[in-house]
Amino acid sequence: MDLQGFGAQLAAGTWVTVQLAIVSMACAVILGLLGASAKAAGPAPLRALGTLYTGTVRGLPELLVILLVYFGAANAINAVASTLGYTEYIALSPFMAGVIALAFNYGAYMTEVFRGALATIPAGHREAGQALGMGRARIFRRIVLPQVWRVALPASGNIFLSLIKDTALVSVIGLEDLMRETSVAVGYSKEPFTFYVAAAFIYLGLTALTTLAIHGLERRTTHGMRTLSG
Amino acid sequence: MNWQVMIESLPALAEGALLTLELVAVSGVFGLMLAVPMAMARVSPRGWVKALPMAHIYFFRGTPLLVQIYLVYYGSGQFEAIRSSFLWPYLSEAYWCAIIAFTLNTSAYTAEILRGALQAVPRGEVEAAEAVGMTPALIWRRIRLPRAFRIALPAYSNEVILMLKGSALASTITLMDLTGVARTIIARTYTPMELFLAAGLLYVLLTFLILGGFRLLEKRLNRHLQPR
Repeated sequence: MDLQGFGAQLAAGTWVTVQLAIVSMACAVILGLLGASAKAAGPAPLRALGTLYTGTVRGLPELLVILLVYFGAANAINAVASTLGYTEYIALSPFMAGVIALAFNYGAYMTEVFRGALATIPAGHREAGQALGMGRARIFRRIVLPQVWRVALPASGNIFLSLIKDTALVSVIGLEDLMRETSVAVGYSKEPFTFYVAAAFIYLGLTALTTLAIHGLERRTTHGMRTLSG
Repeated sequence: MNWQVMIESLPALAEGALLTLELVAVSGVFGLMLAVPMAMARVSPRGWVKALPMAHIYFFRGTPLLVQIYLVYYGSGQFEAIRSSFLWPYLSEAYWCAIIAFTLNTSAYTAEILRGALQAVPRGEVEAAEAVGMTPALIWRRIRLPRAFRIALPAYSNEVILMLKGSALASTITLMDLTGVARTIIARTYTPMELFLAAGLLYVLLTFLILGGFRLLEKRLNRHLQPR
C-alpha cells in the first residue's frame, strides 16, 4: 500500500486516538464506580439521578453527545464561570470535549457493569471487614474493589473496544486523531479508498491488540479462581 | 434556554426523525437478509464455508462505523471502473451509501447474535427432527431458524437500538436525518443546547418506540413460554 509519505501523519493521529481512548476510559471507569455506588447504596435522590443518567445517555447517539458537549457545554461552562466573576472566555479543546463526551457516554455503560458486579460481592465479605474494624473506604478498597475488577473485566473490555471505535467520532469536531489525519491525507492524495482502508486496518490492529491485552488481564485476574472449564 | 426555537424547529426535526427511522428500517431489513446466510455459514463445520463470513464479521466489528461510511461514500469514487459502472448512480448518492454502510455493519453484528442463537438451539430438538426423517433443508426451515430467531430476539433489539444511534453518522455525509437537521438549524440560529437537547429527546422517544415494538413481537413469538 502506497501511503505517499503520509505514514508519519497517520502514526501521529493513531497516537492521539490511543491517548483519547485511554484517558476517556479511565474517566468512564471512575464515573461508572461513582454511578454504581450511587445507584446501589446512595440516598433516594442520588439513586434517581443515577437511573436518569444511565437511562437517557444510553438512548442517545454518541455523535449527538459529542456535538452537545463541544458546542453546548462550552456555553454552559462560560455561563457558570461568568457568574463566578471569571470574565475570560474558556475555550474547550476538541480533546477535552472528546474526553468529556466519551467519558459521560461510556460512564453510563460502566455504571451498569459495576452495578452488576457489585451485586455479586456477598454481604458477608463486607461484614467480615467490619468485624475486623475496617472503615467503609478501606472495605471498599481492600475487599470490594479487588473482587469487582474480576467480575467487571470481560464486560468492561467489550465497552473499551466500542469506545476505541467511537473515538473516530471526535474527528467530527476537529480533533486531529487518526480519522482526521486520514481525511487530510485523502484531501491531498485524492485516494480516499487507499487511505480509509489503511485507517480501517490501523483501527483493526488497535482493537486486536486490545482484545489480546484483555485476554491476558482476564487470565491474570481469574488466576486461582475456579471456573466452569476447570 | 430558548424554548421558542425548540418548538419552532420541531416539525423539521420530526421530518429528520422520519429519515432516521427509514435508514434504520431499510438497512435493518437488508442487514437481516445478509446476516441469516452468514450465520448459517458461520456454524458450518467446514473451514472454507466459515472463512468468508468470519472475515466480514471481524472487519466490520473491529473498525469504526465512521470509517466504513467514508469508505463507501468517498472511497468508491477512487476507481474509474466503479464510476463508469451501473453501481455509480447509487454509490454517488449519500442516501444509498449510508444504507450500504449500515447494512454491512449491522449484518456483521446480527450474524454474530444469530450464530450464538443457532448454537443455543437444543441439540435434542435437531436430533428429534432427524429421527422423524426431516431433510437438512427442512430442519433449517422448521426447527433451527425459527428457534434461533426467538432466542436471538432480545439481543437483536439491542442491536437495532445501536443501529438507531449509529444512524446519526449519516449526518456526516450530508444526509438530513435527525442529527443532520439539528446541525443545519444550529448553523443558522446558533442555539446548540436547545436543538441538540430536542433531538436527543426525539432519539430517546424513538428508542422507546423500538423497544416497545420488540416487546410486543417477543410476547407474540414467545407466547408458548409465558406462564398461563
